[in-house]
Amino acid sequence: MVSRREDPVSLAVTCAVNVHGLCRRYGERVIIDELDLCIGRNEFVALLGESGCGKTTLLRALAGLDAADAGTIKRAGEVAVVFQEHRLMPWLPLWANVALGMESRTGRALARNALGEVGLSGRENDWPRKLSGGQAQRVALARALVREPRLLLLDEPFAALDALTRIKMHALVKELVARHHPGVLLVTHDVDEAIAIADRILIMRHGRIAVSLDVAAETENGNTACLRANLLNELGVDVPRFAHA
Amino acid sequence: MQTTGILAAEVFAVPDTAEDDREPRADSGQESRKHRVRAIARQQRGRRGGSLGDRGFFIVSWLVPLTLVALWEIFARLGYIAPQILSAPSDVARTTWNLARDGSLFTHLGASLLRAFAGFVIGGTLGFFLGVLVGFSRLAEAVLDRSLQMARAIPFLALLPLVIIWFGVDESGKIFLVTLAVLFPIYINTMLGIRQVDPKLLEVARVTGLTAWGRIAKIILPGAMPSILTGVRYALATACMALVIAETIATDKGIGFLVMDAREFLQTDVIILTLVIYAILGVLGDSLARWLEGRLLSWHPNYATEETA
Repeated sequence: MVSRREDPVSLAVTCAVNVHGLCRRYGERVIIDELDLCIGRNEFVALLGESGCGKTTLLRALAGLDAADAGTIKRAGEVAVVFQEHRLMPWLPLWANVALGMESRTGRALARNALGEVGLSGRENDWPRKLSGGQAQRVALARALVREPRLLLLDEPFAALDALTRIKMHALVKELVARHHPGVLLVTHDVDEAIAIADRILIMRHGRIAVSLDVAAETENGNTACLRANLLNELGVDVPRFAHA
Repeated sequence: MQTTGILAAEVFAVPDTAEDDREPRADSGQESRKHRVRAIARQQRGRRGGSLGDRGFFIVSWLVPLTLVALWEIFARLGYIAPQILSAPSDVARTTWNLARDGSLFTHLGASLLRAFAGFVIGGTLGFFLGVLVGFSRLAEAVLDRSLQMARAIPFLALLPLVIIWFGVDESGKIFLVTLAVLFPIYINTMLGIRQVDPKLLEVARVTGLTAWGRIAKIILPGAMPSILTGVRYALATACMALVIAETIATDKGIGFLVMDAREFLQTDVIILTLVIYAILGVLGDSLARWLEGRLLSWHPNYATEETA
C-alpha cells in the first residue's frame, strides 16, 4: 500500500484544493478531525468510507456550504458541485438551469454547448420533468462544467441510477473531465465505481484520510482484483486478502 | 426476485441510450409505466361504460341539467310552480333581455365588477407584498405575522357594522370589504409558498453563485408560484362572497342592489337572473385562474397543458 506524502511548498501551486487541519463537530461528535488533503489540478480522486464517516461533510465544507470549525481550505478557483439528486429547477428550461448564475447574454450559448457535450443537444428548451434520471443527472453535470471549475465535487451523483446508466455515466464523466481538466473529488460508496474512474482512492475513517491509494500503481496488467479486495478490507468488508505479487 | 414478463420487458425498454436521447419524447421507466397505467385505465373505462364512449358520457353530463331546466319550464307553464316561488326560465330570459335593452343590467354589472376589481387589485397587491416580506424576513414575521393571523381569525363579514360606521354607505366601504376578503388568502399562500421552497434548491443557488435578486427571481418566486395561485383561486371565491354582502349595504347600483330591489317587489325572475350572473362570474373567475396557471405553471406536471406524452 502506497501512501503519498506531498511536499507542502509545492502544494500551493499544484492543488485544485488544499485542506489543512480541517475540523468539524456537531455538538460532542467529531465528524472531521484535523484533516489534511490536496487534490491536484487535473487529478480524479474518489473518496470512500463507511456511512456516516464524514465524506459528505467534507465535500460540503469544500463546496463552502458548511463552515469549518477550524483549519483552512484553499481553493485554486471556482468550485462546482453535482449532488446525489439532480436538483434542477423544475420551472426553468434546461438551458436556464445550466446557465444559472451566469450572465444572461453569454449564458445561453454556453449552456447550449454544455448540453451538447452531455449528449442533450436540441433539448435546451425542454422542461426538466421530461428527462429520465440519467438525463437529469447529465444536465446537472453540464451545469457544473459550464462554469469551467477548477474543482469539481461529485456527491454520489450516480447512486440513484440503474446499473446500465451508471456505467454510461462513468464513461461520460471521464471524457468530460479529460476535456475540462478540473480537479475532481467523487464521494461514493461503490468500490468498483471508484476503481473504474479515479486516479487516486481515499478512504476516510475517524474523521481523517486513513488510506490513499494510487489506482495505476496498484493495478497489475489491468487486474484490479487485488486493489478491490484491499479496499473492501479497509472498509470492513471481509473478503479474502490478496498477497502482493 | 420478480421476473414477470412485464417487469423484464420494462427493464430492457428503459435504458437511456444515446439514440433514445435524440428523440423528443421522454424515455424514462416512469414514462413507460405511465403509458401502461393509462392503457389499463382505458380498458377499465371501456368495461364499466359498456357501449358508451367518452362522447356518450359528455352528452349525458349535459343532458341532465338541460332536462332539469326543461322540466322546470314545463311545470311552471302548467302552473304547478307559482311564479313568485320560481319563475319560468323563459320569464328569466325575457327579463334579462329587457334589462339588457334598457342598459340597466350593464350599469349594475359594471358597478359590481368595478368594486370586485378594485378590491382584488388593492387586496392582492397588499397581500402579496406582506406575504413576500414575511416569507423572506424572520424580523418581518415577528413584527407582522401574529397580528395578521389574529385579524384573519375574524370572519370579515362580522366587520360589516364597523365598516358602515367607518366608511358610511359609499363605494369605499364595499371595496374595503372585498380587499379584506382577498388580502388574507393571498398573504398566507404567498408566505407559505416562499417558506416551502426546497432548501436543497437554495443550496444550488449558493454553489452557482446566484445573486440575491437571481435567487428571488429564478428560485423563490417560481417555487412559490403554485401556492400563490392557490391563494388567487381562493381569493376569487371569497371576493365574490364579500361582494354579495357588501352590496346589501344601502346602495343604488350593483348586482346586490338588483337583488334587494327585486326582493321588495317579489320579482323572482330578477333574483334568479342575479344568481345566474354570480354563477357566470364564478366560472369566469375560475377560467382566469386556470389561464394564469396554464401560463405560469406550464413547467408543473399537474398543470401542464401542452403535454404530448
